[in-house]
Amino acid sequence: MNVLGKILALGALSVIAACSNNDPSALGGGAGGSGAIVPGSPSDPRSPAYFQQTVGDRVLFSVDQSTLTPQAKTTLQGQAEWLLANSDYVAKIEGHADEQGTREYNLALGARRANAAREFLISRGVAGNRLQTVSYGKERPIEICSTEECYSKNRRAVTVLTGSTLG
Amino acid sequence: MMKLLTSLVLGLTLLSAPVHAQSGPLRLEIDEGIIEPMPFAVPNFVPDDASAAQYATDISRVVAADLTGTGLFREISSDAFISRVSSFDAPVQFADWKAINAQALVTGAVNVSGQRLTVRFRVWDVFSGQELGDGLQLAGTTDGWRRMAHKVADQVYSRITGEGGYFDSRVAFVSESGPKNQRLKRLAIMDYDGANVQYLTDSAAIVLAPRFSPSGDRLLYTSYESGSPRIYVLDVGKVQRQELKTQDGTMSFSPRFSPDGRSIVYSLIQGGNTDLWRMDLASGQSARLTNTPAIETAPSYSPDGSQIVFESDRSGTPQLYVMPANGGEATRISFGQGRYGTPVWSPRGDLIAFTKQNKGRFHIGVMRTNGDEERLLTSSFLDEGPTWSPNGRVIMFTRETQGASGRATLYSVDISGRNLRPVRTPDGGSDPSWGPLQN
Repeated sequence: MNVLGKILALGALSVIAACSNNDPSALGGGAGGSGAIVPGSPSDPRSPAYFQQTVGDRVLFSVDQSTLTPQAKTTLQGQAEWLLANSDYVAKIEGHADEQGTREYNLALGARRANAAREFLISRGVAGNRLQTVSYGKERPIEICSTEECYSKNRRAVTVLTGSTLG
Repeated sequence: MMKLLTSLVLGLTLLSAPVHAQSGPLRLEIDEGIIEPMPFAVPNFVPDDASAAQYATDISRVVAADLTGTGLFREISSDAFISRVSSFDAPVQFADWKAINAQALVTGAVNVSGQRLTVRFRVWDVFSGQELGDGLQLAGTTDGWRRMAHKVADQVYSRITGEGGYFDSRVAFVSESGPKNQRLKRLAIMDYDGANVQYLTDSAAIVLAPRFSPSGDRLLYTSYESGSPRIYVLDVGKVQRQELKTQDGTMSFSPRFSPDGRSIVYSLIQGGNTDLWRMDLASGQSARLTNTPAIETAPSYSPDGSQIVFESDRSGTPQLYVMPANGGEATRISFGQGRYGTPVWSPRGDLIAFTKQNKGRFHIGVMRTNGDEERLLTSSFLDEGPTWSPNGRVIMFTRETQGASGRATLYSVDISGRNLRPVRTPDGGSDPSWGPLQN
């Protein structure tokens, strides 16, 4: 599972989360100074790394909810624009839940969340056949404490780019 | 193989007429709530010769552990024994057992001949000085010695309580290792007491919630090996698995067998919505059972196959409902505070076990099938996923501890709420499914 170390909301409004683990890919490389765009790095607007970190690959949900917050819609709007501009990519949207809830219910809840994100992207023009969904329920938390601070980051739908016809 | 031959041995019926459990004075009425466990003694079974000595000791210990583990019986240590049982056929010195307050006595003998293991045993009501039921002989192979011990214990339990036993049974579960955010899950099967663990899958893909077929020959489970949750059926004997095809582009999970083993009921996710479906296993044809925008999952059949209890959030929060097995109008049965999930119909048909979430705690509880007489048996940070013992007396479930080092462990509890205890597994364990008594 590809775990991001850092999540930026679209427009750099706020840093939502900072994980405790040190993922070397989290901030990408070579984007430090002004000027040069390194292909494939977060500074390259056509790169998956840019999608993940600059556009923001995930949206968060309230407890037991699958409705999109205004912030989630802003992020998804950015995702839709990116996907429309980079039409070679397809994506799998992973829905997740926090650990409060039974395994079965959380699987169903994660599916609702993934679908809410998918429906939004489709409403913004992304072709449905480019967007698969999968629910992991509570099986794949990224944060492992048992408080709301962690739960809020685990209640998520993550848009994972799964392929490009450009290879 | 593990096949056991069970036979009455004519030579063991002795001169007296068999004393049946129903008429014997030694009787534990477990529905009345046992506060004081019944003291019993299991002197080492008598080996016919030296080659049987270790088996005799081991079998005696497993019989005693089974009985003690119920919480209904208390073993009297051999240190207190006055009598030594050196011959299976010698008269029992009841006065010596009365003196140490043993109410029940189990005597036995073990013979080993090559790979063949024979166990003979008798159950005694010490205070009346009578045998409880008939002497019995079990024959099998030496590598099946634990099963033979469980069969002896099942007999003792049944004769004293008048209820079916549950010791010669297996539990399928998910073996868990690794930290919470990188947990590795493998399907596993073991004896009910944690012995003889066998792994049925590797940990390459997430696996969830195995469910035994009524006869114990197959397991349904959910695996992510295709990249999405899908239902598989596994032949326990051959350890061969096969995907149960539902619809393309969909996720399926939470399967459970019908009581006749010919069909399954499961959850299917389409367009983000989870409904219940039933599949005929012979034809592979599925039929929809629910059609609402709510989450419908965790279905479980009544033992007669006529009804299904399940979980739905159609009211706004997850609650328990009962509907006809072919679908149709569902009746809500849970009305207490909190959220209810994972209902499982008791094999006796009288109770439904469930997971309840209320005020930040999780509970395993039971209620009547109409929702009456709700009782919570456990309480912790996270208890979920009950499964019934074959006799409907004990519930096994998953307990997960909180925080970054949180770990899942199997627990069992009596339906009285007493005798809460962890079930030993090599690593963490979750999602138990208690299989039937073995033949």
